Amino acid sequence: MARLRGALSPYLMILPGGLWMAVFFVVPLVFMFSVSLMTGNIIDGFKQTWHWQNYTEGFHTYGDKLLRSLWYGLIATVACIVLAYPAAYWIAFKGGRRKSTYLFLLLLPFFVSFVLRTLAWKLVLTDNGPLLGPLRNHGLLPKDFHVLDSGFAVISGLTYNFLPFMVLPIYVALERIDYRIIEASYDLYASRTQAFLRVVLPLSLPGVFAGVIMTFVPVASDYVNSEVLGGPNNVMIGHIIRTEYFDNSSYALASALSFSLMALLLVGIFAYARALGTEDVLEAAGR
Amino acid sequence: MTTTLEKPAPTPAPAPVRRRRRRVERDGLGLRLYTWLIIAWLMLPIGIMILFGFNDTHSKQNFQWEGFTLRWYRHLFDKGDLTQALWNSLSIALLSTVITTVLGTFVGIALGRFRFRGKGVTNLVLFAAISCPEIVMGASLLSMFVSLDLPRGYWTVLIAHVMFSISFVAVTVRARVVGLDPKVEEAAKDLGAGPVTTFRLVTLPMIMPGVMSGALLAFALSIDDFVITNFTSGSTVTFPLWVYASTRTGTPPQVNVMGTLIFAAGVVLAVISARRGARHT
Amino acid sequence: MTGPAADPALRRGLTTRRGFLGAVGALAGAAALSACSIPGRGGNGVVTQAMIDDYWRGRTGKGHVNWANWPGYMEDDHSTIKQFSKETGISVTYKEAIQEAADWFGKIQAPLAANQSIGFDLMVVTNGIQFTELVELGYLAPLDHKRLPNFAKYASEKAKRRSYDPGNVFSVPYMSGLTGIAYNTKYVKEPITSIRQLFDPKYKGRVGMMSDSQELGNFGMIAAGIDPEKSTEADWKRGGDVLRRQRDQGIVRKYYEQGYIDAVTKGDVWLTMAWSGDVYTLSSPDVKFVVPQEGGTIWSDCMMLPKTAADPVDAIRLMDWLYAPQNNAPLTEYINYVTPVPGVQDVIKQKAAAATGEDKADLERLATSPLIFPTAADYAKLRTYRPLSNAELPRYQKVFQTISQGA
Repeated sequence: MARLRGALSPYLMILPGGLWMAVFFVVPLVFMFSVSLMTGNIIDGFKQTWHWQNYTEGFHTYGDKLLRSLWYGLIATVACIVLAYPAAYWIAFKGGRRKSTYLFLLLLPFFVSFVLRTLAWKLVLTDNGPLLGPLRNHGLLPKDFHVLDSGFAVISGLTYNFLPFMVLPIYVALERIDYRIIEASYDLYASRTQAFLRVVLPLSLPGVFAGVIMTFVPVASDYVNSEVLGGPNNVMIGHIIRTEYFDNSSYALASALSFSLMALLLVGIFAYARALGTEDVLEAAGR
Repeated sequence: MTTTLEKPAPTPAPAPVRRRRRRVERDGLGLRLYTWLIIAWLMLPIGIMILFGFNDTHSKQNFQWEGFTLRWYRHLFDKGDLTQALWNSLSIALLSTVITTVLGTFVGIALGRFRFRGKGVTNLVLFAAISCPEIVMGASLLSMFVSLDLPRGYWTVLIAHVMFSISFVAVTVRARVVGLDPKVEEAAKDLGAGPVTTFRLVTLPMIMPGVMSGALLAFALSIDDFVITNFTSGSTVTFPLWVYASTRTGTPPQVNVMGTLIFAAGVVLAVISARRGARHT
Repeated sequence: MTGPAADPALRRGLTTRRGFLGAVGALAGAAALSACSIPGRGGNGVVTQAMIDDYWRGRTGKGHVNWANWPGYMEDDHSTIKQFSKETGISVTYKEAIQEAADWFGKIQAPLAANQSIGFDLMVVTNGIQFTELVELGYLAPLDHKRLPNFAKYASEKAKRRSYDPGNVFSVPYMSGLTGIAYNTKYVKEPITSIRQLFDPKYKGRVGMMSDSQELGNFGMIAAGIDPEKSTEADWKRGGDVLRRQRDQGIVRKYYEQGYIDAVTKGDVWLTMAWSGDVYTLSSPDVKFVVPQEGGTIWSDCMMLPKTAADPVDAIRLMDWLYAPQNNAPLTEYINYVTPVPGVQDVIKQKAAAATGEDKADLERLATSPLIFPTAADYAKLRTYRPLSNAELPRYQKVFQTISQGA
């Protein structure tokens, strides 16, 4: 009896949370997949017709937006790594006693609503704003130069919004490195570059990988930044999905598009995770 | 998130060779400047947000500096619907944090402590939930609600928020559980404690830092969420939704004030819990 | 005006199309019973006087109205509502629940399809795609014009004759607005008079357009010399081509869902499609608003009752109460859009005469502003949206929505 209870207890502990996830995460995905194969419209209703053409139609019409989203996601993620790594490195190794203070400062944006942050960033980027205004007044910028409503603005907004998600896991990974290992490499006559490339970098890679997962997915599927900061040529797939759902009520096409987006992102991520082992990634991501 | 709260164990720093040390410190200067630049960049828009909460604007728009005032702090709750939206956000965040923390903690313990059939699948689902694009979660929930003809509103938002936070809590707690010595619990059992007592007096206090940081994370995720809420909210409006919509007619300074206050509260809370965490370790 | 549905031409129009939609809807309803499909929201039948009577028969007020409206459409202290409650004893819960027409439609459609309450008795929806959908789907209660004496007496001619809801069967305007061109005189050194100037390569990267496909389409068609209200599918393509060329030449800086007003004030864009009220409230000396000589558009945010309203009797009473000039004037003062009650102008003039100082100046500006009380000449230039049936909608969207999406 006691043994039975022992065997059951992990299941009992998983049950409530697991059930919640099953009903409100897994089942909706099934529903969405089912809807993505329907045909119809809001007035006549949607019927299951296994209409795979929703996918081909989606790709045909919006394939470029999908690719653009992945492309922007890639650039912003790389920008995040480039910006975050040196800062995380410095805090982890040179931060001294005030390490957590520095880290805390880098995480401060978390306490401001994402939407507000984006709107504030927009205010910074306007043609006569605090960044470009002075430059323009001194004649340092061509008259029609502008940042707002361009791809650069969108990517900078994405980078700004998701940078803390990259700093954190990289910092955690670097922080775990025993400084004595680095010392040892110096003692073995490694140059600083060699020590970095062959000791620090490999040891911190899991953090970078976790950071990539934490940033790439939300960045590639975001629509707030492209709506607020972008122009006509910077529309991302998230905006299309939202419009198809809400403005056009074309649930089938919208579902097909979101399913494609998820499939593309998840296949990449899972391949990635396989190479690393899911648990490692999860752990790094959770920290 | 967790790291700010759980102070990491200080790295033992044995005295390095003197000659090298000087070199290291010198190149530290460039990086230090760099780090401060990044911090400044991150703070710039926040500073602007705070500043414009003090702007003495007289039109419905709030983007040109017209002088300093405390008016908006006095009239913080004048916009009834904005206030309602803020309460919705806060109450949803609190409720979802409580539910999520309870459900997620159990999942985390089970995953960290036991080997059982289905563990792989559970991990997979958690991982998928963490890495799933928000818009897909929102869209799929909407697909389900639409297919079932369920009206959307406060409760569907709450359901969604619990859903996307569970995995984060579970993973945070699991990380803590994995690091624990199971012998402590066994000792408690040997001393005659029942499973409930053991859990309450031994397991829970030991994993508490993990639970707390998971809870904080859940709260932060919920109060900030825009995308999933957008898809599941029906006619219920939360703070981020109201703010986004208000850009249509002009965002009132009260929004900046509320943003500032939430920011301040978050900072204070994080500092307190970091202090307490530091004292405990 | 007698019962609105008494107009035989109108009734016939409603009969045939609704009837057809009704049949389709019934089929869809049957199909909905089979598992795994999204049920059709197919429309109701005919709106006859009998149906109107049917809807209203035996209904009495319950003394409480739930009202869903857009942000910025009621004084912060809700004084208009308070006044109504004081005079009638009917309490009102007012919520800024509507931020975007499409969003709102998406939100209320499931409960309305299931014949459930949406939690509101009165709502304000812009004439446009979603309004037409609400009508086609039969989600709105037909108005009993016997209960709208103030409307009959005080509403403007424009408010009574609207192609998208002939005879005001389902809706009466709450506030209207003009869509024209706003421009910043700091940057634009010539007077803006023509819609063609939005398409001038001289302003490359400095023009703002609206992303809403109806607003955008209207301007494209007007620029192509087409009256949008009477447009055909071929006209849409012509209008679309004009807009597409404008975009591909890099003239358009951004398609605004919102926020064009700060962009034009700050000088990010120099001239942009704009709503009259936004420019009026901005009251910046640099930003001017003009209805282009080829024409602008007038739109209306309309009050209507969802068919599942819990207290339609008091809701329609509130609707009518708002049409009395003295009740409407404070709202107009606050909202700064075009009121459907011309009598408000006199009320505000009287108020201005009695006021002093800054208040007086504000009221006088309001009472004489063509943005609040358009002149007859302006009215003559104003066009209306083309109501789109559900069958036409996807084709229309394919032409115009894709423009702002960069496709």
